[in-house]
Amino acid sequence: MISIFQNYGGALLYGLGQTLLCSIIALVFALIIGSGFAILEVVPNKFFRVIAKIYIEVFRNIPLLVITMFFYVVIPMYIVEISGFVSGTIGLILYSSAFIAETVRSGIQSVDPGQMEGARSTGLSFWQSMRYIVLPQAFRYVIPPLGNQFINLVKNSSVLAFVAGFDLMYQGNVIASDSLQSMSTYLCVGILYLILTLPLSYYMRYLEKKLA
Amino acid sequence: MAMIEFQDVQKYYGDFHALKDINLKIEAGETVVLIGPSGSGKSTLIRTVNGLERIQEGKLIVNGQDLADRKTDMNRIRKNVGMVFQHFNLYANKTVLENIMLAPRIVLHRPEDENKKVALQLLDQVGLRSQANKLPAQLSGGQQQRIAIARSLAMKPKCLLFDEPTSALDPEMIDDVLNVMKEIANDSDMTMLVVTHEMGFAREVANRVVFMDDGRILEDDSSEKFFNGEPTNERARQFLGKIITH
Repeated sequence: MISIFQNYGGALLYGLGQTLLCSIIALVFALIIGSGFAILEVVPNKFFRVIAKIYIEVFRNIPLLVITMFFYVVIPMYIVEISGFVSGTIGLILYSSAFIAETVRSGIQSVDPGQMEGARSTGLSFWQSMRYIVLPQAFRYVIPPLGNQFINLVKNSSVLAFVAGFDLMYQGNVIASDSLQSMSTYLCVGILYLILTLPLSYYMRYLEKKLA
Repeated sequence: MAMIEFQDVQKYYGDFHALKDINLKIEAGETVVLIGPSGSGKSTLIRTVNGLERIQEGKLIVNGQDLADRKTDMNRIRKNVGMVFQHFNLYANKTVLENIMLAPRIVLHRPEDENKKVALQLLDQVGLRSQANKLPAQLSGGQQQRIAIARSLAMKPKCLLFDEPTSALDPEMIDDVLNVMKEIANDSDMTMLVVTHEMGFAREVANRVVFMDDGRILEDDSSEKFFNGEPTNERARQFLGKIITH
C-alpha cells in the first residue's frame, strides 16, 4: 500500500481533487435544485406540483449511470461536446437533486400546518411564510437524512470513472492495471474516500446537535 | 357598511356540504359569538372570513372586498383581519418578540424602532413583557395564546377572528386569555367574531350570539335575548341548556 502511495501519489491526489471538486459542485447545485423542486411539490398551484413530481420520479428512478451516459454520449452527438467530468457532474446533480427534493419535501410536510396558517393569517404571502417560518423549521428536521444524501453523493461521484472523469475511482482503475496490485490500490482508494466522507458525516452530526 | 357580510354562501369539501345558505351581517365594532356543536361548521365559517377556506357559492364581503372573487388579494384582506387559533400557531423558530414583529416588518414595512415599541406595548397589554426573549415552547398555553393575540393586534387590524381560543387551555389559564379579549372588546372599536363555548364571556361581552348546527345558522339574537329570553330555535335551546348546566 505504501508503495502505491509512493509511486502513484500524484495521480491519486489528482483523483481525490477531481472527486472533491465534482462533489462540491454537485452538492451545491443538487441542494439548490432539490430544495426548489421540494417547494414546488407543496405549492398550491397544481401545475407546478405535477412538474415537480415528474422531475423527481424520472431522475430518482433511472440509474445514475444511465443519466450520466446520456450526457456523455447522446448530448455530444447532437448538441455540444462536453467532457466526462462535466457530464458526470451533471448526471450526479440531476440524480441527487431528486433524492434531496424528496427529503426536503418530507421535512416541509413535517412542519405543523398551523405554522403556515399562522403566518398567512398575519398577511404574509405563501413565499414569505415559506422563507421565514416553514423552511427554517423544515431544514432542522432534514439535516440527518440530508447528511445521508450528501455522503451518498460523494460516493456516487465514482460514476465519473465510467466516463473518463479522472476522479479517484478512475485513477484507482488505471493504477490497479498498471501496478498489478489491485488489492493495495483499491484499499488506498477506499481510504481516500473515507477521508472525504468521514469528516462530512461528523460535520452533519455536529450540525444536527447544534440546531436541535 | 358592514365589516363582514355573508350572502347566500355555500361551502363544500368535495361532496360534503359544510356551509349551507349562510346569511350573516356583522357591523364594524360589533362583538359576535358563534356557538354550536362540534362539526356544525363554525370553524369553517370563521376560517372563510380571512380566506383560509374558499367558498364555492355566494358572496362574502369583508372590509368592502368580495372574497369569492378570484381577483381579490387575500394578503391585503388579511392585513386588516387578524386570526387567533385554537392551538396558537406561534412561530416555533422565533422568539416571542420576533413573533409579534415579523408581519409588521415584512407586510407593513413598519420602521424597526417603532415596530419594537408597538410590540413591547402589546406585551405590556397582555402582561407578558418579561417573556419577550423566550421561545413559544418555553411558555404555558395561556401565555402562548396571549402572545398570539398580541401578534394579531400588532398588525392593527380592523377585525379579529377567534377560533376556539380557550379550548386547548387548562381551566386556570382561560381567564387570563378571556380578560385580554374582554379588554379588546370594551376598549377599542375592533370588530370581533369569536367561536367559543365560554358562555360567561358571551353573556358579558357579545352584542350578538349566532347558533349554528349542521352547516346552517339557526339562531341569530342579541345576547340579552339569547340568554334571557329563550332562543326560538329548539335545537339552540337544547344546546344552551346543556352547556349552561355543564
